[in-house]
Amino acid sequence: MTTSTLIYLLSMAMVFITLLVVGILWAIKNGQFEDLEGPAQRILMDEDDPMLPENQAKKDKPTQGKN
Amino acid sequence: MGETVVPCYHCGLPVPPDSHFQVNIVGHDEAMCCKGCEAVAQAIVDNGLADYYRNRTAMPATGANVVPEALEKLVLYDHPEIQRSFVIQAGDNAKEAVLILDGITCAACVWLNERHLRQLDGMLAVNVNYSSHRAHVTWDTRKIQLSKILHEIQLLGYNAHPYSAHNADQLRQKRHKKDLQRLAISGIAAAQVMMLAVALYAGGFYGIDINMQRLLRWFSLLLTLPVVAFAALPFYRAAWSGLRSGHLNMDVPVALAILSAFLGSVWATFMGGGQVYYDTVAMFTLFLLATRMLETGAQEKSIEAAENLLKLQPAMALRIRGNEQEFVPVMELLTGDDILVKAGETIAADGEVVEGQSSANEALLTGESRPVEKEPGSKVIAGSTNLDSPLRIRVEQVGEQTVLAGIVRLVDKAQAEKPQLAQLADRVAGWFTLALLIFAALVFAFWWWHDKNRAFEIMLSVLVVTCPCALSLAVPAALAAAGSHLIKRGILVTRSHALETLSQVNHVVFDKTGTLTLGYPRLVAVITYAAASEHQCERLAASLEQQSEHPVARAFLQQVSAKDMLPVSQLQNIPGKGISGTMAGETYWLGNRPFAGDEQVLPPDGLAEKHPGATLIWLRNAESVMALFVLQDGLRAEAKQTMDRLAEKQIKVSVLSGDEEKAVAAVAAQIGVNTFYFSQTPAHKLAVLREIQQQGDVVAMVGDGVNDAPVLAGAQVSFAMGTGIALTSQTSDIVLLSGRLSDVVDALETGAAARQVMRQNLWWALVYNLLALPFAAMGYISPWLAALGMSMSSLIVVLNALRLR
Repeated sequence: MTTSTLIYLLSMAMVFITLLVVGILWAIKNGQFEDLEGPAQRILMDEDDPMLPENQAKKDKPTQGKN
Repeated sequence: MGETVVPCYHCGLPVPPDSHFQVNIVGHDEAMCCKGCEAVAQAIVDNGLADYYRNRTAMPATGANVVPEALEKLVLYDHPEIQRSFVIQAGDNAKEAVLILDGITCAACVWLNERHLRQLDGMLAVNVNYSSHRAHVTWDTRKIQLSKILHEIQLLGYNAHPYSAHNADQLRQKRHKKDLQRLAISGIAAAQVMMLAVALYAGGFYGIDINMQRLLRWFSLLLTLPVVAFAALPFYRAAWSGLRSGHLNMDVPVALAILSAFLGSVWATFMGGGQVYYDTVAMFTLFLLATRMLETGAQEKSIEAAENLLKLQPAMALRIRGNEQEFVPVMELLTGDDILVKAGETIAADGEVVEGQSSANEALLTGESRPVEKEPGSKVIAGSTNLDSPLRIRVEQVGEQTVLAGIVRLVDKAQAEKPQLAQLADRVAGWFTLALLIFAALVFAFWWWHDKNRAFEIMLSVLVVTCPCALSLAVPAALAAAGSHLIKRGILVTRSHALETLSQVNHVVFDKTGTLTLGYPRLVAVITYAAASEHQCERLAASLEQQSEHPVARAFLQQVSAKDMLPVSQLQNIPGKGISGTMAGETYWLGNRPFAGDEQVLPPDGLAEKHPGATLIWLRNAESVMALFVLQDGLRAEAKQTMDRLAEKQIKVSVLSGDEEKAVAAVAAQIGVNTFYFSQTPAHKLAVLREIQQQGDVVAMVGDGVNDAPVLAGAQVSFAMGTGIALTSQTSDIVLLSGRLSDVVDALETGAAARQVMRQNLWWALVYNLLALPFAAMGYISPWLAALGMSMSSLIVVLNALRLR
């Protein structure tokens, strides 16, 4: 009884592990681990400056702040 | 003057007193050190990128080198022949290329470049890799040209060079991906297997149904199989190649432990009973792979950066055959070919001038910073720069026969004489491994005789617990961490053994031109004779020189900002003499004494003593001499401070130069150095260095030119100024990318810290191994505990090393 439950759980685990392995191998192949610093820096430097009131007056500043 | 030195807001170098360059950045007028920095900062602000200054964490390279002549050369890159080697057609009207960005010091620099390029019309995609400093750009050929892109990058104060990936690089990337895959698979498997192992151990303790145990074991076997068959492959390979070449390396016991533990477990799984060690196998492999990855990561990063440096010079020349002009690779040039070298270009081959009159900068080869006059009949050297006007050159020597190649060979020879520390470490490791294997065999034999059932388990524990990982990681981990700490500060270590030697350095030898000094003339004094003020005279001179590309012109142009220039008419340039022109209705002459000076007016007494080796430039109008400008190769701003810091550390300092006595003595006196050698050829320099080394000193040499290359290779540790050329960087152990002299002291300090960490690590690894060994041999440590212990000891070593970052 318990053994069959275990068999079921373990085969479920196997399915998930397979998915996990396929996923991570795909990510590696896709070059997602090439640049580990970039995304972390990029998110900090996104230009949300135009949202600040003192910057809204400046018209000549090219803005990306539509989001 | 000089009490409160204001740092340049853009590059951090001190702003010279009485300079007046400034840029309004977010509402504040910020002081700039030179015209170049002013231009760069202005470009950044004008493009709405002032955020760069808020986000940056390191100072960029100085903008002083942003000069028009460098920009003009970029047009060459639009030539289809040149593009063929590095540009990919990415669609009907789209092209793609990889560019190396030179001068990146922190993440904000990358952001700046990315943001600015995206704003350009016609850019389809820009992607800069933060760690390798390479930019992938895709552009619409109808709207924008590559030269424009490169130009825009230069306007921001950086340099971009096309990069053509070659085989070694692609291979390394492939291997990196493979390593990541191995790590991922062993990581996932280890987590699962350990979970099952908990059940198995608990079962062993409290009792477990035999079927359930078999099920768990089979499942563990299934999970461990990819680890043993794929993830651990590098260990078998390294062990096998070591054995085949007849010496034991550290991978032999590792491979032995993994395979024997796995096969023993498989046996137990098939036969029932006994013990399984799947968890040990998976964990052991995972930790070994992870520590190895940490170690190679930093190394690869420095290789990448070094490669970026070496690829900076284009290898094309404009060949003339009959009436046809054609760009060809330098490799295809033959003796007797004619090539055309425009002003500002690098000469591609040794040869003789057949047409044209110009001057060449041969500083890279001779260390002599003053331009050498060239006319039909004079010889030119490959690697030197043509300054004034186009030269037609008949090629005499190419490739291996050039003077440049000769110096390279000299370097190779000197390099071969270097002590091979790495080999010694390998030999020691070999003996250690042999002792370990013999010990494990003895332990096995003892327990086989004493208690057969436990023999295998205990031998496994011994093999795993004494795995010389911590020992083998102790030094490389510290070197890698110190290397990556330095690279963040713009100090590139190209040979990691250099760090070991840094801590022993007790004598630093500096080259003069380009190292202690800037390598190009700067205005050091103005003597006025008429009513006009110094600043007015500077303005007049700079206005006259506006269009000129001569190094002397640069000295003037750096002093005066573009908006202060006066319009000049009837400009006349007399090569080798000077320049004249009319401003606001009055004619002025600027040049050497016979051209613009009046024999009646004498330079002040003592000028020659005060500024030895200086170039004198006279300015006069129709009536009289107005001013005398003294131009001299300027001392680097941080030179004196660097010498003081070295003296504090009781490190001896010498100056070794190819220049004449007076000039060297003057520089030495300014920085407070007593020992100096002058008029040295490259061969002499090497001899002097050997002499110093004979006295038992460990020497660090700092230089920049090709003429320094043999000495650099001969010193125990060598530094090259990153502003020098590729060859010097190639032969030196450490490259100062930012060109700051004070980095030498920082590198020495890091070297000392790294040595301390190495010692701690070695002690810890040794103590751990000696403590763990007897317990394992006596059977008190089970294999999984051994794996944990070995991982912890390696982890401690790595973490200790990471303190250096």
